[in-house]
Amino acid sequence: MSEHVASGPPHVHHMDAKTAYSAAKLGMWLFLATEILLFGGLFAGFAIYRWQYLSEFAHASEHLNWKMGALNTAILIFSSYAVVLGVDAAQHGENKKVKKWMLVTLLCGCGFLVVKFFEYKSKYEHGLFPGTVDHITNIAFNSPEFNAQYKMFFGLYYCMTGLHALHVIIGMGIIFWIYLLAKKNRFSTDYYTPVEVGGLYWHLIDLIWIYLFPLLYLVG
Amino acid sequence: MAEGKNYLNHETTIWSWLTTVDHKRIGLMYLFTISCFFIAGGVAAILMRLELAKAGGDLVAPDVYNVLFTLHGAIMIFLFIVPGIPATLGNFLIPLMIGAKDVAFPKLNLLSYYIYLVGAIMALLAIIPVDWISAWLPEFLTNFLTWLGLSGPADTGWTFYAPYSLETGSSVIWMTGAAFVLGFSSILTGLNFIVTIHKLRAPGMSWDRLPVFIWASYATAVIQTLATPIVGISLLLLIMERVFGVGIFNPDLGGDPVLYQHFFWFYSHPVVYIMVLPAFGVVGEIIPVFSRKPLFGYKAICYATLAIAVFGFIVWAHHMFTSGLSNASAFYFSLATFTVAVPTAVKVFNWVSTMYKGSISFDTPMLYAMGFVFLFMVAGTTGIYLATLAVDVFYHDTYFVVAHFHYTIQGGAVIGLIAGLHFWFPKITGKMYNEVAGKIGWVLVFFGFNLTFLPQFVLGMNGMPRRYYDYPPEFEWLHTLSTIGALINGIGYSFALLNMLYAFIWGKKIAPRNPYKSLSLEWDTQSPPIHENFEETPTVTDYPYAYGVPVKEAV
Repeated sequence: MSEHVASGPPHVHHMDAKTAYSAAKLGMWLFLATEILLFGGLFAGFAIYRWQYLSEFAHASEHLNWKMGALNTAILIFSSYAVVLGVDAAQHGENKKVKKWMLVTLLCGCGFLVVKFFEYKSKYEHGLFPGTVDHITNIAFNSPEFNAQYKMFFGLYYCMTGLHALHVIIGMGIIFWIYLLAKKNRFSTDYYTPVEVGGLYWHLIDLIWIYLFPLLYLVG
Repeated sequence: MAEGKNYLNHETTIWSWLTTVDHKRIGLMYLFTISCFFIAGGVAAILMRLELAKAGGDLVAPDVYNVLFTLHGAIMIFLFIVPGIPATLGNFLIPLMIGAKDVAFPKLNLLSYYIYLVGAIMALLAIIPVDWISAWLPEFLTNFLTWLGLSGPADTGWTFYAPYSLETGSSVIWMTGAAFVLGFSSILTGLNFIVTIHKLRAPGMSWDRLPVFIWASYATAVIQTLATPIVGISLLLLIMERVFGVGIFNPDLGGDPVLYQHFFWFYSHPVVYIMVLPAFGVVGEIIPVFSRKPLFGYKAICYATLAIAVFGFIVWAHHMFTSGLSNASAFYFSLATFTVAVPTAVKVFNWVSTMYKGSISFDTPMLYAMGFVFLFMVAGTTGIYLATLAVDVFYHDTYFVVAHFHYTIQGGAVIGLIAGLHFWFPKITGKMYNEVAGKIGWVLVFFGFNLTFLPQFVLGMNGMPRRYYDYPPEFEWLHTLSTIGALINGIGYSFALLNMLYAFIWGKKIAPRNPYKSLSLEWDTQSPPIHENFEETPTVTDYPYAYGVPVKEAV
């Protein structure tokens, strides 16, 4: 959606540039609120069952690799820093710098997804994936030490990190679109709305991960 | 079409409609689409009522009956009345009423229409009875439908309660997926309206000069934006649960079906205010115009609107008094629910006070508005019964709830929509509908409606449970009355809609700019409005309800 929000001036005819800028920003903040509420449902569900099945969730959490999680946290925090520099460059009309920082952000996004991929892969190889797969004999879920609450922990883990990864991919699409605009020298000191609102979206993706990481990986 | 070029005829190709970013055209496209679903949902309702007219099964089989009430609920809620007034009248009127050229994000507005269409198509797929029709279909098509995961029409009721929704073999995933996509469309519409109302008001249009319809649309948009994501994630989790067996709603895996109900009602209670708040706004516009009196307690109405939106978020578990709540939370939710009655009553008193000693003319929109006030009063007072803990244990899941719900949503939201369509018809189409036919339609709708649902209150009080296919013979006469009422009601709606459709296409009587001498801004431009809405950006000097008082400046 932010693609539209941001495609305001200099073409809009139904409001002046200043109104368009503040409208785009308000629109994005509202959209971020809806995103937080969307994840809020997952956080609420996680909180309830963690409270109900505390020791099972703590044990299940030990199967996650906190080092990879920490690496991804560092990657995303750095990417947010790159976005901030990109916004600053856009505000000064420096399209070349915007391009550079968007590329850095894209690389960080890729890096995050690669790490996530290897995490999922190792879980899969250990048979830690949700679903009714009774015919697979080596699946860890079917072993006696795994009870229903372990399944639930991993179910929530996949839902939360999966939905987050989907947002990373969408965010990368938006960052790439900003990169293309910068390539066409579209940003100036008067017009940098897409970088600003796209940046807001990326920060939210970062922020959600910053909550996911300790909750899933660290709190035992 | 009085004054030459307008938004309807400045471009005429189908392509120009499908790609339009004009809020007025998008509003009409929504109106056309939701009307189709209103008819579909209505047909399901009539079939259900015909089945229930006599005791025993005589028209459809029991499982078909389950499908019918699911279809009626899901179509009417997700495809008709949630987009309802905001997407049609809201889209058309919000920019006109605040003196803007369009909504803040016109392309996003068109996008949310197409997202709505995608959701609608998914819902239609979810009602394909694959088993029945596979005999007539070529094999590859049946295989394709099965491959898509379609099995048979969803039969869970519109609430998709776990654990049944996790176990049934029907196309629940597609129906919940459709609701998810439709929710996304609703969020984008709401977001667009909030930004529009904040940023695009004409010079002089301060918050204390906004028409009450704008206040209502604003409060609605806030609920659309903030409540819908929760149902989005709940339905997503339900889908995950069905596909992967995550377990959070499934008691077999340690999950809790009551948690699903909490998640579901956290949205689905506020959603009734998405449906009915805009109708409050419509009625608030109509009553002062046809009473020729200033709207009584303008500010109280505006604040009451916001209060209802806020209270709407903190009362959800009153749908769950029999599902297993602690005494403390049942006490809280009952008390909080009672507080909703306060701002609602403030509104009703203000509308009635506006009419008091007014110079009332009983035109069709006014008849609908007055009908609304009466029906909504019945809805509100029976809501008090249901908020009462001890009483609700008895009434829960009976026809009493069905009747109460339909008084709020059909008597409130649908009648409000029809009232608004009649009221703004001259502005939207540039024509006048036949007044006598309009009044006949109102009589049929009003009496048909009451005949349908008053007996259902009595049925519920006598213990008739909702969603039942059959019932003991002593309930028969009330069910028969209700079915007769439903038929009259259906004829009434058809009559009213056909009257307007006829006037739109073949009507001869041209509408002036301002047939009702309203003071609101949308009547300040030609009928139908030009593409850019106003010849020049208007400047606002007063609130729009100063009827019958000395005019400060000549307009």
